[in-house]
Amino acid sequence: MAKPTNVDPEVPQGVSPEKADTSLAASAAGGTVGWVDDRVPVSGFGRKALRKAFPDHWSFLLGEVALYSFIILLLTGVFLTIWFKPSMAEIEYEGTYALMRGIPMSEAFASTLEISFDIRGGLLIRQIHHWAAILFVAAMIAHMLRVFFTGAFRKPRELNWLIGVGLLQLGMIEGFAGYSLPDDLLSGTGLRFVDGLIRSIPIVGTWAEFFIFGGEFPGELVIPRLYMVHILLIPGLLLALVSAHMALLVYHKHTHFPGPGRKQTNVVGQALFPVYAAKAGGFFFIVFGVTILMGALMQINPVWLYGPYNPAQVTAGSQPDWYMGFVEGAIRIIPNWEWHLLGTTWSWNIALPGLGLMGLFAILPAIYPFVEAWITGDKSEHHILDFPRNAPNRTAFGVAAMTCYGLFWLSGGNDILATQFGVSLNQVTEVMRVLVFAGPVIAFIVTKRICLSLQRRDHERVLHGSSSGVIVRQPDGGYSEAHAPITTEEAFTLTQHHEPAALEVAPETDDRGVRRRGGKQVGSLRARLSRWFAHGRIAKPTAEEIAEAAHHGDHELEEGDVHELPTEEEAATH
Amino acid sequence: MRSPTPKRHHKAARLLLVAAALLVTGGLYAVVAPATSVAAPTPEETVARGQELFAVSCASCHGLNGEGAGLLNETAPSLIGVGAASVDFQMRTGRMPMANPYAQAPNKQNTFTAEEIAAISLYVASLGDGPAIPDPGQYDPSGLSAAEVAVGGDLFRTNCSACHNFQGSGGALPNGRVAPPLLDAEPIDIHEAMRTGPGEMPVFADGAIPDKDVRSMIAYLDQVHAQPSAGLTLGGLGPVSEGFWGWVAGLGILMLFATWITKKAARK
Ligand code: HEC
Ligand code: HEC
Ligand code: HEM
Repeated sequence: MAKPTNVDPEVPQGVSPEKADTSLAASAAGGTVGWVDDRVPVSGFGRKALRKAFPDHWSFLLGEVALYSFIILLLTGVFLTIWFKPSMAEIEYEGTYALMRGIPMSEAFASTLEISFDIRGGLLIRQIHHWAAILFVAAMIAHMLRVFFTGAFRKPRELNWLIGVGLLQLGMIEGFAGYSLPDDLLSGTGLRFVDGLIRSIPIVGTWAEFFIFGGEFPGELVIPRLYMVHILLIPGLLLALVSAHMALLVYHKHTHFPGPGRKQTNVVGQALFPVYAAKAGGFFFIVFGVTILMGALMQINPVWLYGPYNPAQVTAGSQPDWYMGFVEGAIRIIPNWEWHLLGTTWSWNIALPGLGLMGLFAILPAIYPFVEAWITGDKSEHHILDFPRNAPNRTAFGVAAMTCYGLFWLSGGNDILATQFGVSLNQVTEVMRVLVFAGPVIAFIVTKRICLSLQRRDHERVLHGSSSGVIVRQPDGGYSEAHAPITTEEAFTLTQHHEPAALEVAPETDDRGVRRRGGKQVGSLRARLSRWFAHGRIAKPTAEEIAEAAHHGDHELEEGDVHELPTEEEAATH
Repeated sequence: MRSPTPKRHHKAARLLLVAAALLVTGGLYAVVAPATSVAAPTPEETVARGQELFAVSCASCHGLNGEGAGLLNETAPSLIGVGAASVDFQMRTGRMPMANPYAQAPNKQNTFTAEEIAAISLYVASLGDGPAIPDPGQYDPSGLSAAEVAVGGDLFRTNCSACHNFQGSGGALPNGRVAPPLLDAEPIDIHEAMRTGPGEMPVFADGAIPDKDVRSMIAYLDQVHAQPSAGLTLGGLGPVSEGFWGWVAGLGILMLFATWITKKAARK
């Protein structure tokens, strides 16, 4: 059966700003918009903003999960600040939790126990806060992957992508700071880990440690300082960046998946008001509800079991929250490389995986849009998304990066893998050492093959329709499957993408033989990259091919439907 | 069967005689046999019995005289001086006799009777001095104050959680070894394990952690395992399982909702 891949032609699609589907929004919200219009300097697009249409696809809601969990974090975080005491002064616990009575601990830890056991609803709020933090970063990463794989980071949205990268980094630091606040055994072990990272910075490491901890680890200062960072500095930055992110989103409008009627100049979907507003509002409550359920049903960070931080103690299963797991993993599996030069120690075993990998995790995503644009030489605006299969090299690169990240991440839980799957810790570590390099390469190749097969399938569908499941027996005894033609809408969707040509090396001289001077010349490396990037694809069928296939289709039931597909190499010569 | 003086006896006499004989032997047996088992065997007898059992079940690995490196297993340690507590722990928890000589002996169902274990323990103890099987008073966790139990928790986190995890959920050690979960460990197991240091586990001798502290630690573990948790514990493994469930249950469920909500609207 012909299954439309993405667009249901029966469904009336709201189109804005060109079409009047959003007039309701304009009239209902006109007053407000008008008011804003008169006052805010950027109001040139204010009116359009409220009528802005949002496309409907589940993956577009990932960013909203991140936004809503951030709001939940703000709400629950404020609740926690009422009782939390950011102090490392040592006291003897005399509270309600019997199994800690008389144990020396910091006020921070004691107040966390108090929130958990003496404040009504405190434990629930703590658990909601922590689950929301887990969700917040997870949703950001998932959202970022959606943006990456659909090419939504391309012009004009590079800036917003950069803001997103910043948000993710800040979110990770914010989460880490929060994880350190309760001053339990895991907090302290995590801080000890970071202390090691800081000290591994060549030359200035020790100095930086003294600066941050106000002396030697752990000192008395780090929790008050982290508290300031956690409830003021980073939330402030996050709020500012989130606002800028949303403002740019409104300004650029949303991207949409390709399909009939979906152009670079419009956005097809539900108008922001009222349908989208209702949906988004409803989704906020769903996110809140799910987070509360998680807080109510699933225990997280049971600090009373870890006990107060004591540098003499450590527990099996000491791990950071998941978003720091890849750094933990890298440090767990790196061989013990260290230099001793002229009385200085160079801890590559920590600096490389720790600082190096974290740096890479910030820098690679940040520069990717610019690198891709440089390779393709693409300067046009993009409001229609790519199907990931239509950008095989980008998709393969993304999957390779995910694989690499995922393997480092798994290495961070190497002990848990060992006990849960009954394998040897050393074997897990050794296998991971190889896999973090081999895995991405394999992932790249496999993903690219899958993309190309999917492109071949598209090619096939456009030319020959979808398989009908009807097997026809020919007079001569042969069998073949009849194909049903696909709808025009689907054919459009499958063939609308551009196939930009590769950049050519600019000749040394112009056509009159005069040597070119300066300017933007395309070097041979860039041309080679560009050719590789552009040619890794199956050319979409040409109009003639489609016409011919349509003709051929008339006879389909009589002839065995055997046809050849272009190979990748053949496609490259198109 | 002709009696030399048949006429002087009643017909039934023969039957009676047989019955009497049976009665006497039966009675005698009933009197004598329990007597032999009630009379406690001398320690020498028990050691001999232990040695017999040892020769059958253990000597193939530990050597005929417990000197270690037996025929079957080069790596089996010498048992001279490991003490009765070690044998008692290893056998009651089903670790010994080891089934697979290459892996860490798992904690499994023990198939020996208490007497057999006692006999072998005594035999091994006779080979050299070592920790004795503790009396209940040495490991009984009852009757401790809350503060003492809390100290037990602190001691547990200082000495044990590095391998066994913060609430005794177990953990991985190098080279395929594991520190097992302690959720089902009996008080006597904990005491004996500390005093004898099975496998990779270090010995925690009386001088380092006296019996009273061992009792506190046992009490702490008991109470921590008995107290209610704040929801599903997700394995009690720490942040790794939390992150896993955050993604799967949290984001996963939300994405199902997202699919539903976007589908719903498109249909209008
Ligand atoms: C298949 C070989 C094998 C058999 C059979 C075997 N053992 Fe062992 N035993 C070992 C090995 C190997 C170790 C060392 C285990 C380790 O290090 O984890 C060991 C360790 C021990 C220990 C601990 C020693 C210490 O240092 O504390 C005791 C006690 C012990 N065995 C008793 C016995 C007894 C009693 C039997 C018979 C019921 C027995 N074993 C049967 C191989 C065996
Ligand atoms: C160096 C890591 C390490 C430390 C520290 C350690 N253990 Fe162990 N423990 C082990 C290992 C490994 C085993 C399993 C030994 C075997 O099976 O051969 C074990 C076994 C045990 C067992 C037996 C469990 C069973 O399944 O029967 C108990 C009880 C135990 N440990 C208690 C403790 C206590 C209490 C402490 C702290 C005083 C402690 N351990 C400290 C590694 C450790
Ligand atoms: C924006 C993203 C935020 C993230 C990712 C985040 C993350 C965390 C985490 C992981 C913890 C540890 C919780 C635990 O004990 O299990 C924590 C604790 C805490 N957070 Fe946040 N948080 C955020 C925002 C905020 C805000 C805005 C506030 C206050 C205005 C706040 C206040 C606190 C306080 C007081 C604690 C310590 C209390 C306790 O642990 O019981 N947080 N945070």
